[in-house]
Amino acid sequence: MKTFKLGGVHPEENKLSSGSAIEIFPVPEKVYISLSQHLGAPAVPIVAKGDKVKTGDLIAKGEAFISANIHSSVSGTVEKIDEWIDTGGYKVPHVIINVEGDEWNDSIDRSTELVKDIKLTSEEIIQKIKEMGVVGLGGAAFPTHVKFMIPEGKKADSLIINAVECEPYLTSDHRLMLERPNELLIGTQILMKALKVEKAYIGIENNKKDAIELLSSLNYSGIEIVPLKVKYPQGAEKQLIKAVLGREVPSGKLPIDIGCVVNNSGSTFATYEAVQKNKPLFERVVTVTGKTVGHPSNFLVRIGTPIGALLKEVEVNMDEIGKIISGGPMMGKAIISSDVPVSKGTSGVLLMHENESHRGEVRNCIRCAKCVEACPMGLEPYLIAAVAKNELWDEAEKAYVMDCMECGCCQFTCPSYRPLVDYLRVGKRNVGQIIRNRAK
Amino acid sequence: MNSILIVSVVVLTLIGVVSAIILYIAAKKFYVKEDERIPVVLELLPGANCGGCGFTGCKALVEAMIAKGDMTGFSCPGAGNETMDKIAEILGLVAEKTEPKIAVVRCSGSREHAKQKLAYEGISSCSFANSISVGESGCKYGCLGYGDCVTSCKFDAIYIDEETGLPVVSEEKCTSCGVCAKSCPRHIIEIRKRGPKNRRVFVSCINEEKGAAAKKNCEVACIGCSKCVKVCTFEAITISNNLAYIDPDKCKLCLKCVSECPTGAILSVNFPPKKIVEQPAAKTEVVDVIKDNVIGDVVIEKIETKVEDK
Repeated sequence: MKTFKLGGVHPEENKLSSGSAIEIFPVPEKVYISLSQHLGAPAVPIVAKGDKVKTGDLIAKGEAFISANIHSSVSGTVEKIDEWIDTGGYKVPHVIINVEGDEWNDSIDRSTELVKDIKLTSEEIIQKIKEMGVVGLGGAAFPTHVKFMIPEGKKADSLIINAVECEPYLTSDHRLMLERPNELLIGTQILMKALKVEKAYIGIENNKKDAIELLSSLNYSGIEIVPLKVKYPQGAEKQLIKAVLGREVPSGKLPIDIGCVVNNSGSTFATYEAVQKNKPLFERVVTVTGKTVGHPSNFLVRIGTPIGALLKEVEVNMDEIGKIISGGPMMGKAIISSDVPVSKGTSGVLLMHENESHRGEVRNCIRCAKCVEACPMGLEPYLIAAVAKNELWDEAEKAYVMDCMECGCCQFTCPSYRPLVDYLRVGKRNVGQIIRNRAK
Repeated sequence: MNSILIVSVVVLTLIGVVSAIILYIAAKKFYVKEDERIPVVLELLPGANCGGCGFTGCKALVEAMIAKGDMTGFSCPGAGNETMDKIAEILGLVAEKTEPKIAVVRCSGSREHAKQKLAYEGISSCSFANSISVGESGCKYGCLGYGDCVTSCKFDAIYIDEETGLPVVSEEKCTSCGVCAKSCPRHIIEIRKRGPKNRRVFVSCINEEKGAAAKKNCEVACIGCSKCVKVCTFEAITISNNLAYIDPDKCKLCLKCVSECPTGAILSVNFPPKKIVEQPAAKTEVVDVIKDNVIGDVVIEKIETKVEDK
């Protein structure tokens, strides 16, 4: 079975919620919709206090090149545009809407009927994706339309759909594949048309055998289902390309430089809804899970719902919980309060018991090189951490610190519990700054 | 066997002699005449190469002064006026008098005043902690206490107080070079006039949130209530973005604002112990003002106990 060659680890999978069907989460009383829930420039609000909005109405425009439109996830009155906490606790502008009923924008096709015909042209599809505010739903929330605007002189030959879901615990993509397989495959065909390619691959890890079987049984031309050996971080763009096509993205280059575009499966489903049903991205599947959670669940949640509301539905004793993580255990971020709302990038909410939520006691590096072996980018994490600690930014740059994607394999495998990723991030931030200054 | 030994000794000696001659000629021919005063002046300077003067190091400062032939605008914050006068004597110039300054930590959010709400387990670096979260107290303006200022200080003049978790600046050792102020990701440290007899009055808070929000995370936050502005007779205090700032040039150290501040955000240092003045009418008045500023129960309780104490 295919997989990437270099490094990687295999953490406990803990896919506790893979058997729970997606439940539609009730619309909350109030939503907090962040204006910067995607990578790039924040969106500019076009509504004001007191405005009435319907579900699916545009409320903020992504005007910069890398930015995304934001739509109202509920119908009601805009209470205010004010600051509200993000995952780190810093206050950033949010549109706060008081919910009244649930009246959808008339242009949205709410029927469940499958629309197979792709009527739009390549340019129109990309325009539609941009209009509907579709972003990468894997976590980083990179605007999808930017990915599909191929720079001049470059050409894509294959599309890869990322249905790997290599993060432990998370099952939102898995459930979506099982419950909406046709939509996912049509979404793939839409993206193939947008990219003008004949061939698409859907990479799925072998711990989702049911999804592999189901998708393989459906007949859509040009799409190949690729089962992959379970290994973290296979869902990372570069690792997935290596696993599926055997091609390597050189340091500092993008997948398009070797003719590939990778898109998340959740975003592919959102693309189907945007293009065929005219539905903006205002709700997403969120896994709420954890070892002490009574009912690990997958919810279809409106963007802007406070995470605290989700926690009430899964039967968990919050007094025992030491950490709430937005995302998976490997790359997710601990949130500072349950008032933090669900955003487009929230793939899951993981509740960690007090006992499992602390780091081990940091001991000296014993030069075992486990981190070097585990690094999927072929870096030497122990070395970069040491030079970053001593602020030797030149050395860090020479050691390719900028290739680090903060997957956490090194820290996961370190027997001395060294905070390697912390130092790598410090190194990346400072070296990145130096590189940007140099370019000026 | 013997001949090999002799040959190698001779060859090596020759190489050594020839190289020595080349080096001697090169040293003579390319000799750069350095001003004799530079090493003398360098002896007087602290030699930490802290960059507080605006140059890359101590030597660069001396060279710049000699090149310009004037000392206005050049000063070493670490040396002080006396040393600068000595240097001026050596260089035959006149030194500019500078006001002695010191690094002032503008945060009083100790463990007692700004209670820990979150736990941080990452590396001990303020800049890193600042990049991922607001910090353990929840105040995004407050001191994180992981000591970036301590590691940056070249004069060993700052340490973190174990009890409060806040940095403490040594009056004797601080040279006001400003490296700590630059290293602080939250810009809490201000380089401020030392003041007469080292006496200073300053607002020990940089929180720009509204009163209620600031108060939520820290008992001693500046809530921007303007009471200090009203009581100040020298117009030394200004409020902008819900935060008071005392202009050190205008402040006459009368301490009225210190006793007036409802949260205790204004600090006075190096003053002799103060006599307690009776303030019988304070209670009702304070409560009124607080109502205007919508602060909540916490403050009112605290002020009541304060009045009772007196």
